Amino acid sequence: MTLFRRAWRFVSRARFIFGLGLLLSVSACSRHEPPADVTILNGAEPESLDPAIITGQPDSRVVLGMFEGLTRPDAKTARPIPGLAESWEISPDGKIYTFHLRTNLVWSTGEPIRADDVVYSWIRALRPETASDYAGQLYYLKNGREFNEGKIKDASLVGVHALDPFTIRVELEHPTAFFLDLCAFQTLNVVPRQTIEKYGDRWLMARPLPSSGPFELVYWRLNDKIRLKKNPRYWDAANTQSEVIDILPVGAANAAINLYLHGQADIVWDKELVPVELIDVLLKRPDFHTFDYLGTYFVRFNVTKKPFDDPRVRRALALAVDRKRIVKKITRGGEVPALHLVPDGTANYLPPDGLDYNPALAKKLLAEAGYPGGANFPRFEYMFNAAAGGGAKTHENVAVELQQMWRDTLGIQMDLRQMEFNVYLGAMDRLDYSLARSSWIGDYNDPQTFLGMFVSGDGNNRTGWSNPDYDRLIAAANNEPDLAKRAKLFQQAETLLVQTDPPIIPLFFYVGINYFDTNKISGVYENLLDIHPLQTIRKLKSAK
Amino acid sequence: MYFLKRILFAVPLLLVISALAFALVHLAPGGPFDRERSPASPEIERSLKAKYHLDEPVWKQYVRYLGDLAHGDFGVSLKYRNHSVNDIIAQSLPVSLTLGGLAFCFAMAVGLPAGFLSAARRGHWPDYVGGFLSLLVICIPGFVLAPVLILFFSIKLNWFPVALWESPWHMILPTVALGLYFAGKISRLMREGMLQAMQSEFVTAARAKGLGENTLLLKHACRLAVLPVVSYAGPMLADLLTGSFIIENIFQIPGIGVFLVNSSMNRDYTVVVGLSLLYAILLIGLNLLVDFAYTMLDPRVNYE
Repeated sequence: MTLFRRAWRFVSRARFIFGLGLLLSVSACSRHEPPADVTILNGAEPESLDPAIITGQPDSRVVLGMFEGLTRPDAKTARPIPGLAESWEISPDGKIYTFHLRTNLVWSTGEPIRADDVVYSWIRALRPETASDYAGQLYYLKNGREFNEGKIKDASLVGVHALDPFTIRVELEHPTAFFLDLCAFQTLNVVPRQTIEKYGDRWLMARPLPSSGPFELVYWRLNDKIRLKKNPRYWDAANTQSEVIDILPVGAANAAINLYLHGQADIVWDKELVPVELIDVLLKRPDFHTFDYLGTYFVRFNVTKKPFDDPRVRRALALAVDRKRIVKKITRGGEVPALHLVPDGTANYLPPDGLDYNPALAKKLLAEAGYPGGANFPRFEYMFNAAAGGGAKTHENVAVELQQMWRDTLGIQMDLRQMEFNVYLGAMDRLDYSLARSSWIGDYNDPQTFLGMFVSGDGNNRTGWSNPDYDRLIAAANNEPDLAKRAKLFQQAETLLVQTDPPIIPLFFYVGINYFDTNKISGVYENLLDIHPLQTIRKLKSAK
Repeated sequence: MYFLKRILFAVPLLLVISALAFALVHLAPGGPFDRERSPASPEIERSLKAKYHLDEPVWKQYVRYLGDLAHGDFGVSLKYRNHSVNDIIAQSLPVSLTLGGLAFCFAMAVGLPAGFLSAARRGHWPDYVGGFLSLLVICIPGFVLAPVLILFFSIKLNWFPVALWESPWHMILPTVALGLYFAGKISRLMREGMLQAMQSEFVTAARAKGLGENTLLLKHACRLAVLPVVSYAGPMLADLLTGSFIIENIFQIPGIGVFLVNSSMNRDYTVVVGLSLLYAILLIGLNLLVDFAYTMLDPRVNYE
């Protein structure tokens, strides 16, 4: 048996090499760092942590901990409460805001934060060189759009000025009911001028990184971990509940649930991280929390394409959709069927009724349009994007369900076309589709964030729909300082959008799903915007 | 001399690869700044494109890219705008190198002896068991194997962490999940190589001279038998070192494989081209190494 002995020696040598490799990697990868107080699984890797640049929700959840605006979102309701500004006055016409900064504001590195820093931050977000996707959030400022588009070069013409080190005067184009909400939005957060001017686009790599919010960045390792530690110089540091918070980018729902169940993570707050196959079981657990969310899933029509240029056809299709079946059979997370675009519970608003399931009326309308029983109705395509994450199959399942409903009720044939995300977006922008899956998440708690996009020619319209009455109503609403009258105008506009002349079929309102054990974690509250300020979050002592 | 020529030849090859990658990714529909939420003004997209020179003709962008590349600068990621491609490589390549290196060692340490024993005991049970197992692990794809390993070793037995990349303990399951397929491949290659070597004339001659069977197998046949393994090992190592999208995704490992796949989905032009080049460099380098190893192992091979 010497062969085996020799072979064994050979194997041992190989094992030695293997062991050596392991040893090397051990020495390379050992990380001596104290564990965090709270570990949060946050969804996709943030594209950036620059408040002016970010667009995604995982990004803004981190940024919210590092930078603050004149207002900040309340942890419970997500409504704006005083942030860097302790008070403000609003002129009777709703167009002039005067903010008073707190006098004890300093960066985490010790330098004072003054009115000039606020003006700098806002102007920076508007500068074309910054190339901020969300610069539109500052178009409500006087000359904000013109400055961003490069039509005005002089920043002093933009409606934000420091009157003295603690007073900021803001002049708006229109009375803007949600302006205080915007002041809490990331694009308007206050960022450190010196660091940005010194390091340019790589300013977030500077250490120490001055932060204006409750936490400062310790490190940011791509696709691995973001570690934040309490900023002791934050004006409200006394109320910051945790010393160190780890934020892990996790893209796979299965990994998220495994990590959570094995105690490697305390909070999981991205709905994409709920495996949809397990949703029925998981939602029965006490640590899974669902809540209403400011987002709508809907279908777009390309109204420039026959036969969808006929409102009767579009209404017929909308009336033939049994939304309850979709939420019960497919989404199953407690989503609410949607008859209108603006979710229930949106501030300053009461949405109108839309087109509920009514097969008889649907058939009648289709016949009136010249297609009795679906006869001669051309075959058409439904376009949807391939998605990753926990909800990967949802788009496809919804598509199949719609296909079946329209075939059974109206006798019309629909083909399905699945596309890569960028290709799908391109096709939608070029109006190269008939029907398309769509969704919209509100940026702030106001109907404008939903209804504004269907104004003629808006970049997010993507239906070819143009209704002069709608445009007029939205413009009037945006100039109306009286909230009740404004709500009425928006409601009339939305009636056109979901009932009279619909370019869309709302299907359901999203729910948010977070999971964490309320016996172990406090300070995470469910709200419409799914915003969770980090400073209130704490691991309960008994759980340690 | 020969190897020097090969290295020199790699430079135009890399140029061609970069040009192709650059052209292909720009040809793909959509761009890096397409978003579900289109910006409030078309000017915003224009300034974005201007900032990253995407408004210029593609050839001009390519020339600019080459200019930066000559200074060792792979450019800025268009998706992760605070990071340069150099940052991405610097942060995630070491992780993939570690994982890939471990998986390589694992595949060799398991595959070589298994193949050797199968051949040495041809027609007996070690051959059948080895053949069956190696075929099995070749047939199971990573996205099945990895969750099964997690389910069994992490969730049922609680021996290993379920995911993440923090301690040596975290590395074991991903190493096995990634390396097992290659172990199977190597075992089969090794077995075939051994069988062929054992039939070659010099082995027969050695046997006729009365050399002991064991010495024959280990000293003479083995050396010839590893040649197919060696030529397979080069590209395999390049594959392993540039990370695996599936394994990295399942175990949440911050390696480069995720970027390699996602960057093309995101139309992150600079990252696609940069990582393609990185992969090409590794592949060319390792192939060169393989050819070099050939000269050491097989006296008949001479490139001069």
